[in-house]
Amino acid sequence: MTTKTVRIIDATKKKSLKQFLLRWESFLILIFILVNIMNSIISTNYLSVSGLFLATSSFVEKAFIALPMAYVLILGEIDISVGSTVALSAVILSISYNAGIPMGICIIICLLIGALCGFINGFILTKFTELAPMIVTLGTMILYRGIAEAILESNASGGLNSVSWFSKLYWGTIGPVPYMLIIFIIMAIIFGVVLHKTTFGRRLYAIGSNRIMAAYAGIHVQGTRLFVYTLTGTFSAVTAIFLAARMGSSRSNIALGYEMEAISMVVLGGISSAGGKGNFPGTVIAIFIVGFLRYGLGLINVHSQVMSVVIGALLIIAVMLPNIKPQKVLH
Amino acid sequence: MELLLLREMRCVNLEKKWVFKKLFASREISLLLVLVILCMFFQYRNSSFLSVQTIIDMLKNYSTTMVLSLGMMCVLLIGGIDISIGSTVAFSGMCSALLMRDGILSSTFLSFAVSILIGLTCGFIIGLVITKGKVLPIITTLGFMNIIRGITYLVSNSQWVSAYQIPESFKKFAQESYLTYGQINNMIAITAVCYIIFFIIMKWTRLGRKIYAIGSNPEAALISGIKINRVRLFVYSLMGALCGLAGALWVSVYASAQGDMATGIEMDVIASCVLGGVSLSGGRGSVVGVFLGGLTMAIISKALPLIGISAYWQSMIKGAVIILAIIMNVVTQRVIAKNHQKLREA
Repeated sequence: MTTKTVRIIDATKKKSLKQFLLRWESFLILIFILVNIMNSIISTNYLSVSGLFLATSSFVEKAFIALPMAYVLILGEIDISVGSTVALSAVILSISYNAGIPMGICIIICLLIGALCGFINGFILTKFTELAPMIVTLGTMILYRGIAEAILESNASGGLNSVSWFSKLYWGTIGPVPYMLIIFIIMAIIFGVVLHKTTFGRRLYAIGSNRIMAAYAGIHVQGTRLFVYTLTGTFSAVTAIFLAARMGSSRSNIALGYEMEAISMVVLGGISSAGGKGNFPGTVIAIFIVGFLRYGLGLINVHSQVMSVVIGALLIIAVMLPNIKPQKVLH
Repeated sequence: MELLLLREMRCVNLEKKWVFKKLFASREISLLLVLVILCMFFQYRNSSFLSVQTIIDMLKNYSTTMVLSLGMMCVLLIGGIDISIGSTVAFSGMCSALLMRDGILSSTFLSFAVSILIGLTCGFIIGLVITKGKVLPIITTLGFMNIIRGITYLVSNSQWVSAYQIPESFKKFAQESYLTYGQINNMIAITAVCYIIFFIIMKWTRLGRKIYAIGSNPEAALISGIKINRVRLFVYSLMGALCGLAGALWVSVYASAQGDMATGIEMDVIASCVLGGVSLSGGRGSVVGVFLGGLTMAIISKALPLIGISAYWQSMIKGAVIILAIIMNVVTQRVIAKNHQKLREA
């Protein structure tokens, strides 16, 4: 159990904290603009409306996991089983479709499986509060991927593209705007509003900064945790649906490493994995930074390995920068 | 720590019944019991399981994971975590393999030394970022996992170093047993030496006790004059050095080096530590426990194909075993705590 010092938020500190947050976001926006300038220099076709929207569909499907992951990190916890949950629910989606179930019901089954996976994580963590989230989700990460492997072995289960509206989920657009982006933006707004404007959101921060205090203050800590984990599982299933819609099939080895990408996005957005800190707009900007950076580097055929170096370095530098000379950044 | 010791002493003095209870409650004994039951079950299903050859094969293939578990134990003991180890293993192994391919290194010993040195450097940088940059271990190592893996592909130009490009003596290292004059396979000998050294360090040296102290209560450790950051830096460097060793061992066992080698090994390593009773919140865990935990993981992955379970079922069973083990651990801890309370109230 990490001991957390009680935070004393007086007026002056609040002001400087606000300044800091402001700076953090402006820093992120600066990076975002830099990335876009770099991309438009790299490729002349980049700065077109359709090009920009095309770019978003390369990463928005993963970003659906980052939304609830932000909640998980604000709680001071971590969930690394999301990639496996995506694989398992996508596999279930396609095998239930191939078993003759109509696609609408398949999608519901898929969402339920995702919710169940998240619920199991949350259930174990709330029943055995001594356990670290890292290790429980490590176990379920291996378990869920294992179940997907046991079901499909090394085969692929396809044929999902024969339902035209299903593949439209990923490929379809209103004008130049993909459906997926619209859904994502609506979701992001809902998540942001819930986090910053409702009691539920305040509870998340309270639990994240001091769980014991939160419990004394009458917050239903375990229930909230259970809900957040279930939410994470459900949104992994949403990612699974879009992924399946893109590929028209699923295998047990899809979505490898998605957990790390989602966590990177959230942390880059300024949410501390120690809990209780960070805000939502930063996360959304960070999602677009990582996404556009990858897309832009992909345009000039930069090796995906170089990309991972760049994104890893960006993550560490971004998190380290405010820590090296805290006085300068804070005041 | 001392409170626990006092409690244990009291338990021994009280009643004889307590000795048994304590024995069963002890993490190592219960794990050993599970291990014996597992072995008996596998032996019953396939009589070739408990042969010398199988066991040697099993230990040889799992030696990299078992060596890494030691470093991971130290990292977990100080309350940190390192998920970049797979990448460091690949990077150091790849570098020494590349140097051997280009004929710069020919001696096996030097190749190992270079690999360990590269691993040490990686670990040192990670430690610096964690201690000086004050970035959380999980975030730092998440970043370095990507960075080091990417660099591995870059230095190797995304090519393999194949068996014919690696000197004969280096490949034979994994097969022969000249380190112990023909007694035990080299890989197993190295693993055993590592375990003995760590057992001594963790149990009887000041450094080992400092590591435990930092994990149980960093503030108290700081007040009692332990240079926390120096120890943490040391532990991450040590983890890196062990990654370097494991990288060389890996190249030697598989007689090739690929950019994607050792992907996901961090999960196996953390799982063996946790099975062995190392707590992720720091301060609890022992070398013996980690050894037994690693052995359990090795037996599970080796024996399942032997009793005819499809390879596709393996990770499912592994995941289920990990979850059951950690839940069992919590339950036994609760029972112990309850018994202690009864004892105090009596």
